[in-house]
Amino acid sequence: MTDTTSQPIPPQRKSFVQQLELDTRLLGMVGAFIILCIGFDFITEGRFLTPRNIFNLTIQTVSVAIMACGMVFIIVTRHIDLSVGALLATCSAIMAMTQTDILPNMMGLGLGHPLIAPISIIVGIAAGALIGAFHGYLVGYLTIPAFIVTLGGLLVWRNVGWFLTRGQTIGPLDETFMAFGGINGTLGPSLSWIVGAVLTVAAIAAMWNGRRSKASHGFPVKPVWAELTLSAIIASAIMGFIWVLNSYEIPTARLRRMFEARGEVMPEGFTTTYGLPISVLLLIGIAIAMTVLARRTRLGRYIFATGGNPDAAELSGINTRMLTVKIFALMGALCAISAVVASARLANHTNDIGTLDELRVIAAAVIGGTALSGGLGTIHGAILGALIMQSLQSGMAMVGVDAPYQNIVVGVVLVAAVLIDIIYRKRTGDH
Amino acid sequence: MTAPLVEMRDMSISFGGIKAVDHVTVDLQPGEVVGLLGHNGAGKSTLIKMLSGAYQPDGGQIFINGEKVTINNPRDARAHNIETIYQTLALADNLDAASNLFLGRELVTPFGLVDDAAMEAETRKIMGRLNPNFQKFSAPVSALSGGQRQSVAIARAVYFNAKILIMDEPTAALGPHETQMVAELIQQLKAEGIGIFLIDHDVHQVMNLCDRASVMKNGQLVGTVNVNEVTDDDLLGMIILGKHPHENAA
Repeated sequence: MTDTTSQPIPPQRKSFVQQLELDTRLLGMVGAFIILCIGFDFITEGRFLTPRNIFNLTIQTVSVAIMACGMVFIIVTRHIDLSVGALLATCSAIMAMTQTDILPNMMGLGLGHPLIAPISIIVGIAAGALIGAFHGYLVGYLTIPAFIVTLGGLLVWRNVGWFLTRGQTIGPLDETFMAFGGINGTLGPSLSWIVGAVLTVAAIAAMWNGRRSKASHGFPVKPVWAELTLSAIIASAIMGFIWVLNSYEIPTARLRRMFEARGEVMPEGFTTTYGLPISVLLLIGIAIAMTVLARRTRLGRYIFATGGNPDAAELSGINTRMLTVKIFALMGALCAISAVVASARLANHTNDIGTLDELRVIAAAVIGGTALSGGLGTIHGAILGALIMQSLQSGMAMVGVDAPYQNIVVGVVLVAAVLIDIIYRKRTGDH
Repeated sequence: MTAPLVEMRDMSISFGGIKAVDHVTVDLQPGEVVGLLGHNGAGKSTLIKMLSGAYQPDGGQIFINGEKVTINNPRDARAHNIETIYQTLALADNLDAASNLFLGRELVTPFGLVDDAAMEAETRKIMGRLNPNFQKFSAPVSALSGGQRQSVAIARAVYFNAKILIMDEPTAALGPHETQMVAELIQQLKAEGIGIFLIDHDVHQVMNLCDRASVMKNGQLVGTVNVNEVTDDDLLGMIILGKHPHENAA
């Protein structure tokens, strides 16, 4: 009991997971997702985790996932957007009319002109951003609650879409445009491998770059073995995903038709695979851009600061009104991009496109850890949330669960996920 | 005599028919600490929020170094080197200390991206000076103690070379040791020629730290006195009765 002060305090032994400095919340979600997939695979006797089903699952998730990225920023700043599904429909209607009538007939470009797809998409994104900015103006400058503005927006834009098209289905859409739909536009095996390799290298480079920047200021960094382990996990996740998509073979009959369309004869015994869909590549690009925006730009910093304490943000000289306009404009633009993917997947614009998407999008963001009280949320979480929702839905459909039960389960899962999150945050002391 | 560092002349502001600040004039010299005293609701914080840009006055003029200025928002105030430590601290609880310190004035890389590492390095430097015990640089400020949060708010105000500093009850949430640290900091900043408006409830503390005290009651200025020429009781009389001590003498 004498000299206790001279003894150096032994460095706290950290567990394996602590040393990796992973987000335990994210780990939990990934774990839940894996259990879900394996569970469905078991019940369906191996039909759930096939390359074909995984391929379908990813292309079905893209549209909701893209909008969920924008919804994260909306919810982080303590707002809500109930109009995204309706806005998607209006943007889809505008783009469908632009590419099937306005550009080819009125502007005289003719059907199949290479400029039709890009111009239509630009027009759609501009319309979405403009409508979103208008919502943001009503919320930010006229201080009408976002719930009311976008509830009104839901009714208005759903029916503006209807009015514009007189309720008709418009199609077929432009060939190039339809490449964004999923199955009609894939990179093929070689290009998919290249994209996978580039993404892997970029992800690992970004990680090590962050480490170097920390080390240069003398901050503590993770042990090298932890970085290496993480690099290996990232590399195998990305390349594994590409490998699965590259294992989905294009059916022979479809291949033969593709060759015939090009006026060639298919060589006997020729096979190839789909690979990475362009729509998924689009989602990856948006996810990266939105993550950089959230973490590494002033705009992103202001979004999270405003969500954490709007008064503090205002007193720090942040123009929170203009910020609201920007966030809603971004949401609108993302709705338009989702409209490209959704209508291209269906090959038509239909009057009911995007119906109830607002609920799926909000659920994806919330399951993905975005707190409705503001200030908290991640892009990758929202995408994972969208993926979990879609897996649950299509898994149950595959098992043969009746439609009403499907929706009941999804509803219960949404509430349960938020409850688990509340309990988790209480136990870890996060707010 | 040179023009004062700050002069707020004839300031007025009303909220829904209530005159929160009613034709009040105060001034501040470089290297001077002026205490603002008064009951809750006397209008001290409201007066000072017109200087920090949080409120726009209905009437009155603000002069800085003798020049008339217009302060429409907190950005304008910062442009005039006016920094404020708010009573509520005005911290974004979900962000870490560095993000709060640089909020609205982030350091960026040559590519225009936020440079978190550089900001953390700067934050470590200034916190090493203000509060050497502070270690939680990567935690959100919601995880910090009252004193630690206060030191983040103070660091934010002094980091950017303030000329005019507004402190709204800076010691309200602090223990005796930390209060002493704030008192020393005020002396140090004063020696650097910074002018400080100090809003406080504690008459004793104002007598110790301030050169002059302006007392407000019901939105009006009771008077401004040199603390050397009055007693604690005189100040209390001004606060409670709204009575100027020298009127008594006369």
